[in-house]
Amino acid sequence: MPELDELYQELILDHAKRPRNFRVPEGADRRAEGFNRLCGDRITLFLRLEDGVVRDAGFQGAGCAIFTASASLLTEAVKGKSEQQAEDLFRRFHALVTGHADQAQAETLGKLAAFGGVSAYPVRVKCASLAWHTLKAALSGDGAPVSTEE
Amino acid sequence: MANVVSIAAAAASLPWDVEVVRADFPALAQLVNGHPLVYLDNAATGQKPRAVLAALDNYYQRDCGNIHRSVHQLGERATEAYERARRTAQAFLGAAEPREIVFTRGTTEAINLVAATYGAANLRAGDEILLTGMEHHSNIVPWQLLAERTGARVKVAQVNDRGEVEMEEFERQLSPRTKIAAFGHISNALGTVNPVAEWTQRAHAAGAVVLVDGAQSAPHLPIQVSALGCDFFAFSGHKVFGPTGIGVLWGRAELLEAMPPYQGGGDMIASVSFERTTYNRIPYKFEAGTPHIAGAIGLGAALEYLQALGMARAAAYEQDLASYGAERLAALPGVRWIGQARERTAVFSLVVEGVHPHDVATVLDTEGIAVRAGHHCAQPIMDRFGVPATTRASLAFYNTRGEVDRLAEGLEKVRRIFQC
Repeated sequence: MPELDELYQELILDHAKRPRNFRVPEGADRRAEGFNRLCGDRITLFLRLEDGVVRDAGFQGAGCAIFTASASLLTEAVKGKSEQQAEDLFRRFHALVTGHADQAQAETLGKLAAFGGVSAYPVRVKCASLAWHTLKAALSGDGAPVSTEE
Repeated sequence: MANVVSIAAAAASLPWDVEVVRADFPALAQLVNGHPLVYLDNAATGQKPRAVLAALDNYYQRDCGNIHRSVHQLGERATEAYERARRTAQAFLGAAEPREIVFTRGTTEAINLVAATYGAANLRAGDEILLTGMEHHSNIVPWQLLAERTGARVKVAQVNDRGEVEMEEFERQLSPRTKIAAFGHISNALGTVNPVAEWTQRAHAAGAVVLVDGAQSAPHLPIQVSALGCDFFAFSGHKVFGPTGIGVLWGRAELLEAMPPYQGGGDMIASVSFERTTYNRIPYKFEAGTPHIAGAIGLGAALEYLQALGMARAAAYEQDLASYGAERLAALPGVRWIGQARERTAVFSLVVEGVHPHDVATVLDTEGIAVRAGHHCAQPIMDRFGVPATTRASLAFYNTRGEVDRLAEGLEKVRRIFQC
């Protein structure tokens, strides 16, 4: 049986209650929207890039604790990352929440490793990954709204 | 099936013994995440009594033939069982004749059928379709599609703060242009029981035809379409504790006869040539192709089960659960529910302050409690109450006061985890 405190870790509850970078960054030049049809999670993600590097990130929206914490920690994690590094981070994060990352790989994710418990709750994977799908759309800059219904 | 004796049905004249009823539903007796299952998602789908499972089994193991065409024994048995299910549905709804019962895939298809046939044949630009603000998407979108095709307009009777449509508001939205009024008997999101007989009278007086979406009422109330006075009534098999993929459209024979066919294919024709095709009589005109034979038979078994149980007794028991639930949940700090209609069923669309419904549902699931989190395919009513989603606990006649207590304890755990 999955343990609830593995899912709702302290760090996740903290970011869900007090999301960081819950704002529209000044000079944001990339933006994308994401929507989780299942539970109504909504995000607008904003980025400011300089020479292909994310200098600032922020978000607006509303959703469940897993979603909010994931968006909040994403905005912290991608600052200073190049587009390629951000996408690499998403790939590793996705492996984590879908249960395809081992201990060593999880540890490379730093704070994001807190989402390791999500893999035991398959319906919540979308909550954890919505902000990241939206990040990908913002970086690719096609502007089309993102849905978790792939 | 005749050889599957329902203990609960045999006890129909005795006081409601919920444990005896529960014994008819094998899925209820299981552990989920280490706890006895508390199944409170009945507005989404109902669990199945043994009688339904036995009917499905019997069809596939013994009587599996196609209907209305086979000369052989199996086909004959299948046809007889399928048509018997139609007569059972007729009796369940208090309909005048079996030919007024059309088997569909469910409520959604039944509503689409009426919109695509009656609607397309009778609506013109400028006509109006009246709905209410608490409809399920399946009683909104088919009418919007019809409006787009015909130039008719969709009008909406608005919901008050208790989650009711007041009679004055309903009448205000009616006009001589209203050609169709379509409304839910019971709101899936709020549990409001609508005064559909009164609304039907008013709509008829304005010259409109009335469709009642009975998806949420057929499992919980005795239904007599003659008493409701409506023209169409739709419900789904899986919500009345039967199989998925099967449902019923009841329509007045004269309306069904005048309507164009829905889909073309086998079984819906009288004769076919490349010059001229003539259509079968009702209800077969609306049942193109091999239908969900097993589903219809299983639905018939479910309706027989409910009739033996007694819908009025089931409804009375559920009202007791609704009162107990209201009392128990109202005592929880930080928990409220939307929908305070005077006439309600045992549905609680819960809001836990500061916690998203999805998180509530996950915590409850770890306690073995199954609820629905989301907008319940009724986004307009969620918007009306200013919430993106709720956690819905929807009860049925096999739920217990003890399970309501488990829900209350689960909600207390939610508040502990999220410290609110």
